[in-house]
Amino acid sequence: MKRTSLIAATVLVALIGASCSSEPEGPSEITLMTHESFAVSDGILEQFTQETGIAVTVLRSADAGTMVSQAILTKDHPVADVMYGIDNTFLSRGLDNALFLPHTATDIGSVPDGLRVNGDPVTPIDFGDVCLNTDPTRLAAAGIEAPATLADLADPAYAGTLVVEDPSTSSPGLAFLLASIATFGETGDYPWQSFWADLAANDLRIVSGWDQAYYGEFSGGSGEGQRPVVVSYATSPAAEVFFGDLDAPPTDIVDDGCFRQVEYAGVLAGTQAEKAAGQLVDYLLSRTFQEDIPLNMFVFPANDTASLPDLFIDYVPTPTAPVVMDPATIGANRERWLAEWASVVR
Amino acid sequence: MRSRRSLLLIAAIPVAYLTYFYAYPLATILITGLFPDGKLAASSFVDIVTNPVVRSVAWFTLWQAVVSTLLTVLLGIPGAYVFAKYRFPGRSLLRSLTLVPFVLPTLVVGVAFLAVFGPGSPLGFDLRGTVWAILIAHVFYNLSIIIRGVGVFWEQIDPRLEDAARTLGASRIRVFREVTLPLLRPAILSSAALVFLFTFTSFGVILVLGDLQHTTLEVEIWRQATAFLRLDLASALAILQLIGVTAILVMYGRAQKRVSGGLPLRPPGEVARRPASVGEWAVVGATLTMLLLIVITPLAVLIGRSLSTAEGVGLSHYANLIHPTGAFTLFISPIEAIRNSLGFALPAVLISGIIGLLSATIVVSGRGRGGSTFDTMLMLPLGTSAVTIGFGFLVALDQPFDLRSSLLLIPIAHSLVAIPFVVRSTVPVMDAVQNRLREAALVLGASPHRAWREVDLPLVARALAVGSLFAFAISIGEFGATSFIVRPSTTTIPIAIFRLLGRPGTFGEAMAMAVILMAITAVAALGIEAIRGSRTGGV
Repeated sequence: MKRTSLIAATVLVALIGASCSSEPEGPSEITLMTHESFAVSDGILEQFTQETGIAVTVLRSADAGTMVSQAILTKDHPVADVMYGIDNTFLSRGLDNALFLPHTATDIGSVPDGLRVNGDPVTPIDFGDVCLNTDPTRLAAAGIEAPATLADLADPAYAGTLVVEDPSTSSPGLAFLLASIATFGETGDYPWQSFWADLAANDLRIVSGWDQAYYGEFSGGSGEGQRPVVVSYATSPAAEVFFGDLDAPPTDIVDDGCFRQVEYAGVLAGTQAEKAAGQLVDYLLSRTFQEDIPLNMFVFPANDTASLPDLFIDYVPTPTAPVVMDPATIGANRERWLAEWASVVR
Repeated sequence: MRSRRSLLLIAAIPVAYLTYFYAYPLATILITGLFPDGKLAASSFVDIVTNPVVRSVAWFTLWQAVVSTLLTVLLGIPGAYVFAKYRFPGRSLLRSLTLVPFVLPTLVVGVAFLAVFGPGSPLGFDLRGTVWAILIAHVFYNLSIIIRGVGVFWEQIDPRLEDAARTLGASRIRVFREVTLPLLRPAILSSAALVFLFTFTSFGVILVLGDLQHTTLEVEIWRQATAFLRLDLASALAILQLIGVTAILVMYGRAQKRVSGGLPLRPPGEVARRPASVGEWAVVGATLTMLLLIVITPLAVLIGRSLSTAEGVGLSHYANLIHPTGAFTLFISPIEAIRNSLGFALPAVLISGIIGLLSATIVVSGRGRGGSTFDTMLMLPLGTSAVTIGFGFLVALDQPFDLRSSLLLIPIAHSLVAIPFVVRSTVPVMDAVQNRLREAALVLGASPHRAWREVDLPLVARALAVGSLFAFAISIGEFGATSFIVRPSTTTIPIAIFRLLGRPGTFGEAMAMAVILMAITAVAALGIEAIRGSRTGGV
């Protein structure tokens, strides 16, 4: 009978599913939990398996915030052995909840001091700068110079030019808010709240995510919008060259007010395979994996012995003094800053 | 009448399924959130109820859902009518296309809406940041729920009823008001309830088209749970949302009770005909123009974007996906993404078809014995915040099998959203299956099982096809809780689109991938139309 066979098929599917997921086959298999932007070339994780005999299952979560919340909820019985992709804006939440077992990676000596975290609870894997991107063509047509500093954007001459992401829903949005807080400070004649009040009065546009800002509102590069200044990444002009097969970047970055995002990997407390998990973290910081990072995720490898692709050397500008903020400071103030920000721009 | 014991047996399967995969995870996460240190965080409730921002969010959530639902019903009914009653060139294709918006990721829809209703709008108005953008997007997404949910019923109403009323001298409007509308009411209420639940828990549309003033409880729950890790507040908000959903569902249940079942149904093939008069052509024309504007224009915009290249109109974005060279070799092949998407969609359809059909049987047979209450409860998952269900899976489903990261959890999560669609599309038809038809079969000596199989099933098959189509669409478009479960790194079509939209320079490829998703949905919908067509001789 048709119905009976349907039921039988479902039961079969259920059994297969359950047997696949119930027990990992010994310590030769570990699980990596990561965020939705994770991307590697084919064969990179397989190479780790060849070297160590350990197979890697990748579990994908949503954004970094969701991933960290999920890891905290499952702390006593984790779904994974290693987490990759927690960044400096969420790190203190992970540390406060004792998510990680300290692990000193083999190649940690090749990581610049500024990126490393005291006591090695997590290992820096990549970093990138969130910077304002500009559309020189549109700015020239409007007869205005590209902004040189964040403060410039508060000038009425820049009315209607800027689009940013909501810091409570977007990671570059939060990075830009933090950059403004570091730049203008919390006290004094012109604290960050005043800067944002001026931006709001200057016809600021706020959207919830990077793609809406860049593709929907930004006029430069592959953007389709009307605004010549957007919060994006220092690597965005290079990505335009790469995917658009162009000879020169169609967009520029503003050197002032960049924020350095660092992404880390850590061994999750509660893992049954601490040694293998540590080996995977080592591998993530090894040259093989590190050299695969730039063209897949458009961020820089943390290991400074990893060689960069020509695209990065030729087209990715290095901001002079990106804002670097202590994860503990971010963790302690984040909720208050977001609430204050919302009340200023609302 | 079916025996009580066999009814209980049928009931056990869906009840167990929904208890384990919905009620249990939901209860576990709410308890985790509300009892952080073993004692109730009562202050969270106080915070929520007294917070003026939360109150304004709750109010906006409710009224935008009511208005979105009314608009969708108002515009959907003419669509349902025209497709149910008339044959015209391109009918199947057009009806299939109305389903396409349902599967599109909101990011992609955002692009289309910006083009149609943004600063460069050909219509000349910029709706960004207004509530209209949200309302129109909700209509765009949900129109097919009304068109199909009501249409499948409408095309089976015996036209002789209306003809009789006309013969007795009633005007067309009076016939509609006094004959057709009461007959359609169960189907309209059913479909409207689904639209309401979707819009009440709207997430992606609000993120893409809303702003700080226009946000829903669903978005706030997500923000509290992920940006602030305030599980107490998130749980309190989720309970507030559940109270709202339950209240609406109770009202819906009462309204449904006043509707009697048991009207004569006919195979659809006999009902639809070509428009005969100028007036009828005008009605068809006006309705199709409306559909063209609301549904087809944004889809056309996406196709246009996918074909727009640096060298003018061309297929290079598709070529980059299918035969990647240079920079694009890093991307996953669309063939693999399609295979993965289908690999999740088929089990999702299977599970929701079986559980949904069993549930519908209980609802119909159990009327007066708790069946209606069960009916209402089946819709709850649709009105529950996705992040709450996703987090619930994580904290609850580790014993006795650790299903938390199983591939199977993805179709299961899809099925929670899809089951109500199967139930909603089959219950009105099953209700209407004349009891005397089945009783006649029983009197003639058929077993209850055989009566079910040979009498009910063929009639219900058409409605089930519609429900399954929605289940397929829900799965392939990755709605709901799946965004918030940790899932195996299997690239599906929506994930591929997300990755392409996640970096500069690959916008055209993202649009091309979205068009591929649209095409698969349209083909699936056309396929269902063909199957339904061939089954019309079933009664």
